[in-house]
Amino acid sequence: MKIKITIPTDRIHNPIISESIVETGILINIMVANIDSTYGELIADVNDLKFDKIKNALESRGAIVSILDQPIHRDEEECINCGACISVCPMNVYSFDNSWSVLVDEKKCIQCGVCIKMCPHGALKLGE
Amino acid sequence: MVKKSVHEINRKIEDGSVNVVTAEEMVTIVEELGVEEAAKEVDVVTTGTFGAMCSSGLMLNLGHSEPPIKIQKIWFNNVEAYSGLAAVDAYLGAAQISDTRGIQYGGAHVIEDLLRGKEIDVHATSYGTDCYPRKVLDTIITLEDLNEAILLNPRNAYQKYAAATNSSKRILNTYMGELLPSFGNVTYSGAGVLSPLSNDPNYETVGTGTRIFMGGAQGYVIGNGTQHSPSSGFGTLMLKGNLKEMNPDYLRAASFTGYGATLYMGIGIPIPILNEKLAAATAVRDEDIVTTIQDYAVGSRDKPVIRKVNYAELRSGSVQINGKDVPTSSLSSFKNARTIANELKEWVKDGKFFVSMPVERLCAEGFAKPMKETQAVPLVKDVMSSFIVTIKRDQTVQDAAKKIWENSFNHLAVTSDTGELVGILTAWDISKAVAENCFDSVESVMTKKVLTCAPNEPVDLAARRLDRYGVSAMPVIDAHRQVLGIITSDNISKLLARRY
Ligand code: SF4
Ligand code: SF4
Repeated sequence: MKIKITIPTDRIHNPIISESIVETGILINIMVANIDSTYGELIADVNDLKFDKIKNALESRGAIVSILDQPIHRDEEECINCGACISVCPMNVYSFDNSWSVLVDEKKCIQCGVCIKMCPHGALKLGE
Repeated sequence: MVKKSVHEINRKIEDGSVNVVTAEEMVTIVEELGVEEAAKEVDVVTTGTFGAMCSSGLMLNLGHSEPPIKIQKIWFNNVEAYSGLAAVDAYLGAAQISDTRGIQYGGAHVIEDLLRGKEIDVHATSYGTDCYPRKVLDTIITLEDLNEAILLNPRNAYQKYAAATNSSKRILNTYMGELLPSFGNVTYSGAGVLSPLSNDPNYETVGTGTRIFMGGAQGYVIGNGTQHSPSSGFGTLMLKGNLKEMNPDYLRAASFTGYGATLYMGIGIPIPILNEKLAAATAVRDEDIVTTIQDYAVGSRDKPVIRKVNYAELRSGSVQINGKDVPTSSLSSFKNARTIANELKEWVKDGKFFVSMPVERLCAEGFAKPMKETQAVPLVKDVMSSFIVTIKRDQTVQDAAKKIWENSFNHLAVTSDTGELVGILTAWDISKAVAENCFDSVESVMTKKVLTCAPNEPVDLAARRLDRYGVSAMPVIDAHRQVLGIITSDNISKLLARRY
C-alpha cells in the first residue's frame, strides 16, 4: 500500500527513516521525497502486512504516517480529454487511449496533487 | 484539371449525393487515390479544433430598464464587462476575471453559465442624464432574457501555436499550463491534422463570410483575427456566432492556475474541394505542420526557441530536448476536435449545412507587429542603489555587525577574495547568530542561495522575482558575479509611484 510519511520540523535532523528500517527490518520503497531543512514529506510503498509495524516504529520517532487510499478523482463531465494532466504526473497515471480519450490508472496515484493545478477545467480532485 | 464550384457542391448537399470526409480521412484518401482523383471524389473536407481561445467575448443587449439607464459600468456575477457603447449594450471578455473570486471565475465562466441556463447577477452604474435618469441597477437575468447574445471573438482558431517548455529551476504557471523545471515537460496547443487554417493555408475558401461550426451552432468568419500573421504561418480568424444556439459540449470555461480565465471554443470549418490544390492542401498531416518549442523561463516577448518540432512529434507523447525524452501535454482536446469534424461532416451529409465562398479573402501576407513603445522600459541599473556594503566571507560576525551598524544598511553582500558574490548577510542573520551563540566567520551564518539580477534586466522582471520569493532586496551583479549594487522593493515602489 502507499503511505505518506510526514516529518515535522523539530524532528527533521534525526535519521528517522533509517532508524525505523533498521529497527524493524522492513523495506519501504520511497517513491517521492521532499525534504529540506524545515520539513519532510515522503511517499512510499510498503507491504500491507508490515504496515502496522513500520508505522509504530516511525511514529515512535515523531513522524506522522497516513495511508494513501483515496487516489485522484476525475469528474468525467468537466474533463474535455485534453491531456494537459499527462505530462505533469510523476507516476504516469494518465495516458491517451487510441481514440484520444484520457485514461486514468488510479492505482498508480500517489496523491501528490500536481495534476490538480494543471487541469484547466477543474476536473481533478483529491480526497473524495 | 478538376474544377468545381461551391454552387455545384451545395446542389449535391441538397440532393444528398455529396461526398464529405474529415481532414484526417482525407490524408489516406489522397495517399491512395492521388490528388487528382481525390479532388474529383471528395466534395467537402471538414476540420475541427477545440482549445483555449482567450480572445473571445460576448456582445449582449439587455433591453431597456424602467426608468431607463445608460450603463457606464457593468458587472455580470462580479465580472466586469465593457459598456462604453449605447445604453444597454455590453461586451463581456472571456479573460476578464471576477472582482470577488479572482482567476477561478471569469468572463468565460459567465458565458458558460449563461449557456447552461443559469441565473446571472447583473450590477450596473451610471451618471444619469435627462433621457436616462437611472444611476444604479441590479437584476438577475438568464440567456433567454437577453435580446442578443452574440459571441464576437477577435482572435480564434490559430493556424498553429508555439509549444512551451521551461529551462529554469522552478515551476512556471503560464497560459500554456504548468511547466515543470529543467525541461520537465512540453505543452502544446492545436489540432494538427484537423486544424482549420492549416488545411487551407492560402485562405482560398476560408475568408470573410465563410459559414462555420462554432460552439455547436452555425457561425461565420467575419475577417482575419487580430494579430493575424500569415507570412509566419500563424493566421487567425475573427468569428461571430449566436450563443443562444450553441451547445455547452463545444464551449467550456477554463482557468489556468497562476494565469487566469479563458474560454475553450469548439470550431469547425468545412473546406469545399474546388480543385486539386485544395485537395492537396487538405491532405496535410501532423508531420507537415512545423512549429517551435519556446523557453518560457525567459519572461520576454521573444522567447528563445529551443528547437523546431512538428505536430506528429508533439502528439507522440514525448519529444527530445538535449538528448532527453521530455513528456508532452496537449492543452487542446484532439478528441473533441475530431468530434467536431465528424459532427460537421454529418451536418453537411444530412443537408443541414451548406458551404460558402468568402465574400472577401483574408490577407495572405504580412506579419503581426510588436507594440510601439515610446517610453524606454526602465532597467535595473536605472533604479538600483549603487551603494552597497560588502564584506569578505572570512571576516567575523562582529565585523559584519559593525558594518551594518555604521552604514545603517540592512543587507551586506558577502564576497570572495576576488570580489565575486558568494552570499548575503542581513541584520536578521546576525541576530540569529548571536542568539545561537555562534560567532564564526561570516561565511558560516550568511545565506548562500542569493537571488540576484542583472543590470540590463527590465525592472518589472526583477520586481516579479522579489514578489515571488518574498524578499525585499537583491544584489545586482555582472557576468563575473561582481557586485554592482542592490535593488530593493523601495527602489521599485518609488519607480511605480512615478509611473502611475
Ligand atoms: S495526484 Fe495527480 S499527479 Fe500526483 S500521482 Fe496522482 S494522478 Fe499523478
Ligand atoms: S487536464 Fe483535466 S480536462 Fe484535461 S484531460 Fe486531464 S482531467 Fe481532463
